[in-house]
Amino acid sequence: MAQAKFLKEADLAAWLGELAKGRKVLVPQKDGDAVVFKPWHEGVKPVLDRQATESPKKAVFPASEKLFRFSYIKDPENPGKVRVELEEPEKPEPALVFGGRPCDARGFLIFDRVYDSPKTRDSYYVARREATAFVTLACPEASNTCFCHAVGSGPADTAGSDALMTPVEGGYVLEAISPKGEELLKSPLLSDAGDKLAQAERVKAQAVESLPPAPDFAGSPEALMARFDDMGFWENASAKCISCGACTYLCPTCYCFSITDEESGMKGVRMRSWDNCMSYQFTLEASGHNPRPTKAHRLKNRVGHKFSYYPLIHKGAIACCGCGRCIKSCPVSVDIREIVTMAIEAAPTAEESAQPQGAKQ
Amino acid sequence: MSVIDELKSAIKAKLSELDLVIGWGPGFDPLHATPLFMRCEKDVDKLLWGPLNVHNPATYLPGLKGKKVGVVVKGCDSRSVIELLQEKLVKREELVIFGAPCAGVIDMGKVRRALGDLDKVNAVSIEGDNVVVTAGGKQHTLPLAEVAADKCGRCRYHNALISDVFVGEHLPPSVEQDDYADVEAFESQSLEERNAYWKREMQRCIRCYACRNACPLCVCRDHCIAQSRDPHWIGQGDNVGDKWMFQMIHAQHLAGRCTECGECQRACPVGIPLLALKRKLNKEIKELFDYEAGVDPNACPPLQSFKVEEEHINERGW
Ligand code: SF4
Ligand code: SF4
Ligand code: SF4
Ligand code: SF4
Repeated sequence: MAQAKFLKEADLAAWLGELAKGRKVLVPQKDGDAVVFKPWHEGVKPVLDRQATESPKKAVFPASEKLFRFSYIKDPENPGKVRVELEEPEKPEPALVFGGRPCDARGFLIFDRVYDSPKTRDSYYVARREATAFVTLACPEASNTCFCHAVGSGPADTAGSDALMTPVEGGYVLEAISPKGEELLKSPLLSDAGDKLAQAERVKAQAVESLPPAPDFAGSPEALMARFDDMGFWENASAKCISCGACTYLCPTCYCFSITDEESGMKGVRMRSWDNCMSYQFTLEASGHNPRPTKAHRLKNRVGHKFSYYPLIHKGAIACCGCGRCIKSCPVSVDIREIVTMAIEAAPTAEESAQPQGAKQ
Repeated sequence: MSVIDELKSAIKAKLSELDLVIGWGPGFDPLHATPLFMRCEKDVDKLLWGPLNVHNPATYLPGLKGKKVGVVVKGCDSRSVIELLQEKLVKREELVIFGAPCAGVIDMGKVRRALGDLDKVNAVSIEGDNVVVTAGGKQHTLPLAEVAADKCGRCRYHNALISDVFVGEHLPPSVEQDDYADVEAFESQSLEERNAYWKREMQRCIRCYACRNACPLCVCRDHCIAQSRDPHWIGQGDNVGDKWMFQMIHAQHLAGRCTECGECQRACPVGIPLLALKRKLNKEIKELFDYEAGVDPNACPPLQSFKVEEEHINERGW
């Protein structure tokens, strides 16, 4: 492993200043009562002592992104004839997400399997992904809603990060995880970590201890499949859900989008924007038919996608990083852990499992 | 018998006639209650009543049409039920309303400001006029009056205005009149200042529409102008213009119907002070029509009715 470095708390602003040369540095900062990722500039104090309200996913997957601009040009000779001119968007600028948590960085691994696979390569996504680095803060303490350890991660998980920083007395220990991270740690402001590294290891171990026992999600793919046709189960599980999209928009692993043409007069942009499976319009077909007409169908999809359908096609990888934002910021405290556990506990009866799947109803 | 025990036995007595009863139960930590859907006696045993019952259960009623539903209400929640009845969005004969005197609920935003964050709450207890929160090993004693929702400080309807079963002693109003002093203070700023304020606030909106879906009277929901493609009323971009446009439409559609339960603001995950917009319009409605939403089940909201001459608008004198 590369050498570990130490950054004095007092040098944090200076280091951010160095990092912000030539790239956009997104740091968690206060905005009203929320903590959101916004570009750092002189004077901004990153909020590092708590998990941010939103995930930093917009750094790689913007809430709305221009795919291209278009304009209609009338032929002066023949006004009935119209030509369309397209214009590509600018290349994404280099960016750094600073002070996100391990769950935030890990979220993009879930995106990668979908947007950067041998079968499909989303050029917009890949360009931003390559332009973005992650300096991640290991969590010194877990929150009530954290369950990273139940989805194969942990408060000091390095997956998806380029460098990991761990808070220790007087500053941070920094460890490079990737070549990108090694570059970032070359600053003269950083010194050798020396015995601070041992302190960092203790902080990481304490964080693991602060987590409550992990719910056991092994078997969730099959358990949720077994409940697929049991709409009674889903009506009960979704009774209090108000079917808004807060959970999906705050989630570091939700990656669905919608495409609209936003035009005015003869010009416009084709835009890709966040969409979410909790919305009625998400699966509304042009015919007017909607295969997911109720919130029960929609919540089934959200939970099923993360804990069943995705793992079934991606070698068991759960599409949730356990950040807990969907629980913490849900207006009515819907708890995804509880729903998955309920599905696992509602193991199909012998009679049910003897039936071919989908035979019910 | 305490209010909570009385409530529980009143609900149990009616349970067999009902498909379900909506109230509040324990959530993922001791600070967060969560809406509780009671179908059997064991569910009723989980019922909570007190300052953590922040949600407005009336929000669920329009979606449960055709079922026989019991609903436990605070005073402000009961106004939403009345408004839904007025607008014929729910049927009186399908409802059984359980009410009790409400002394106020806490505003999570205020607790968050006092604690720094709400992430590590281990215990909560109500001790006299204080709420005692233990978080991350530290104990915080917060006076209820300081962390109560603003709406509770100006509450004139602590006791459900409509109910089939009411338990407990009636509470007197907190104030005689809502003077809309908060709205007036905001109005005293220049147009530029007010514009800048809302631009700043709306910037962090993530367009999740929790404000809309939590609102008991925002009943278009699945067919909302915000997401309709055809017609494409509002752009889908991540910009203040479109976000603000949505809030303006939401506020206009709620003018004279909004019961100021504050769910829109409470639900917003990024803490945008949306209730202020609704209060501004309600203040106008009060001045123009001398009307208050959700008080009289037989009244018709002014913007849903038509009079050739309004009593408080001097049309001919202009
Ligand atoms: S589903 Fe919830 S806990 Fe899982 S990654 Fe998304 S927001 Fe976090
Ligand atoms: S406004 Fe009144 S009835 Fe509503 S929560 Fe506050 S005190 Fe209770
Ligand atoms: S607009 Fe807000 S305050 Fe008014 S009824 Fe709806 S949720 Fe309640
Ligand atoms: S709840 Fe808040 S973030 Fe969500 S759409 Fe409404 S104002 Fe925006």
